[in-house]
Amino acid sequence: MGAAASLDWSTMRNEPVVQIQGLVKRYGTKTAVDGLDLTAGAGITAVLGPNGAGKTTTIETCEGYRKPDAGAVRVLGLDPVREAGALRPRIGVMLQSGGVYSGARADEMLRHVAKLHAEPLDVTDLIERLGLGSCGRTTYRRLSGGQQQRLALAMAVVGRPDLVFLDEPTAGLDPQARRATWDLVRDLRRDGVGVILTTHHMDEAEELADDVAIIDAGKVIAQGSPDELCRGGAENTLRFTGRPGLDVASLLKALPPDSTAAELMPGAYRVSGTVDPQLLATVTSWCAQHGVMPDRISVERHTLEDVFLELTGKELRG
Amino acid sequence: MSAAGTYTPKPGAAPLPRMIAAQAALETKMLLRNGEQLLLTVVIPTLLLVLFSAVDIVDTGEGEAVDFLAPGILALAVMSTAFTGQAIATGFERRYGVLKRLGASPLPRWGLMAAKTLSVLVTEVLQIVLLTVIALALGWSPHGNPVSVLLLLVLGTAAFSGLGLLMAGTLKAEATLAAANLVFLLLLVGGGVIVPLDKFPDAAQSLLGLLPIAALSDGLRDVLRHGAGLPWADLGILAVWAVLGLGAAAKFFRWE
Repeated sequence: MGAAASLDWSTMRNEPVVQIQGLVKRYGTKTAVDGLDLTAGAGITAVLGPNGAGKTTTIETCEGYRKPDAGAVRVLGLDPVREAGALRPRIGVMLQSGGVYSGARADEMLRHVAKLHAEPLDVTDLIERLGLGSCGRTTYRRLSGGQQQRLALAMAVVGRPDLVFLDEPTAGLDPQARRATWDLVRDLRRDGVGVILTTHHMDEAEELADDVAIIDAGKVIAQGSPDELCRGGAENTLRFTGRPGLDVASLLKALPPDSTAAELMPGAYRVSGTVDPQLLATVTSWCAQHGVMPDRISVERHTLEDVFLELTGKELRG
Repeated sequence: MSAAGTYTPKPGAAPLPRMIAAQAALETKMLLRNGEQLLLTVVIPTLLLVLFSAVDIVDTGEGEAVDFLAPGILALAVMSTAFTGQAIATGFERRYGVLKRLGASPLPRWGLMAAKTLSVLVTEVLQIVLLTVIALALGWSPHGNPVSVLLLLVLGTAAFSGLGLLMAGTLKAEATLAAANLVFLLLLVGGGVIVPLDKFPDAAQSLLGLLPIAALSDGLRDVLRHGAGLPWADLGILAVWAVLGLGAAAKFFRWE
């Protein structure tokens, strides 16, 4: 069963939905994207980076809004500018903001976008699923930020696209609305819709993405699954407190060879290495043998935030 | 959580005529819902028609005042929708990313422009019906060939649309709002709509006569008041404005 699933998965991933090679995009003298390479397969790809890293420019080039100054972009095998007519019906677009007549009601606008497609989703169902029913007769300019975001998301999916581009889909949402958006994104993935989303929240990327591309200063500086990215670079850490002056050398002998152990302050110990259940068991059984009650055990897993900090020397929240 | 298969891709564009019709219907609805737009396209032309027909404020020359005013007010109606209304609406659509978002939809850009034109024409038909009924009630007795009238209205719409879209596609939304209203007011006064051009000094007259609003109101008046055939000079002026305006709009219009 596992083999069949993974085989299926790998063939899906062999056909990239987005292929970008050496993309350069300048605005005047400012270089927004600087030789960016990115290949995205099926599933959810998160483009992660601080503000101004070139995320939106990259996405908007895929959507056909920007013409590359150099490099090649293919979306579903098509040139987004020259083959726009063939591409547009197949993609769903959620802009970072706006996109709706200020005097239009949410259901009115969504029904309109649905009419531009051959076999759209049932609009009434979609409105209910996204909690847009409460908007009633309110026009767009008077909707809350969260309602405006959800409408933009609904407009991206209503045409039953092969691939959606979501530019910061959860920016400014409260935690509950954020969860609802994540659920919808997972449902899209389950039903075989490709998802490319930008975010500057690493938890969002960790939570949702099959594949994360970290962008900084107009380039992809790392790409992989969240696990792959977090495994690389610095090791994970286990901390505990106990009696001061334990025999750290003896502990180290019990641990796998790639580990380190140290007493940072009297009674505060740190073990670094591949922190897995085996390592935890080794540490606790060593403590048991030495009559030590390990207190306040904590495991610090490496996060995408740490990865980003190591790669760029910058905080992600810029 | 939705049922599996809810979002299974079935992409495709709707048939082009259906997209354009839907777009035109939405744009017309947005316009009719907007209070300021209604003021511009319905209330002001109606008020001017009634007021200036009933009260002898401006000397409109020989004959019934309404026979002079009705053609001018029809020209004003065309300008209010094709130029002022369209410029303001499109300017804000650009500002709020509506044009951008629709640019990623299956509706091609020329389809969007076709829908805008259709929406302008539908609005004009509503205006013309309303204003004609009111003018007839005020004693208007129109003459001339309806085909000439139609030709003038279509060329006038093309000329004003080009200028309106040029403004909306190059200026900021707020600047478009201010400029479109200012131009509306100036052309209302100086374009032979309610004030005959011969009230102006000779030098100004020949210049003002070249304005699209003056050509449209003068041409409509020639036909509807005096029963003229095809007012070639006015049609020529409108055609030049249409070519220049639409050409410049096509070249300089920015979608974002």
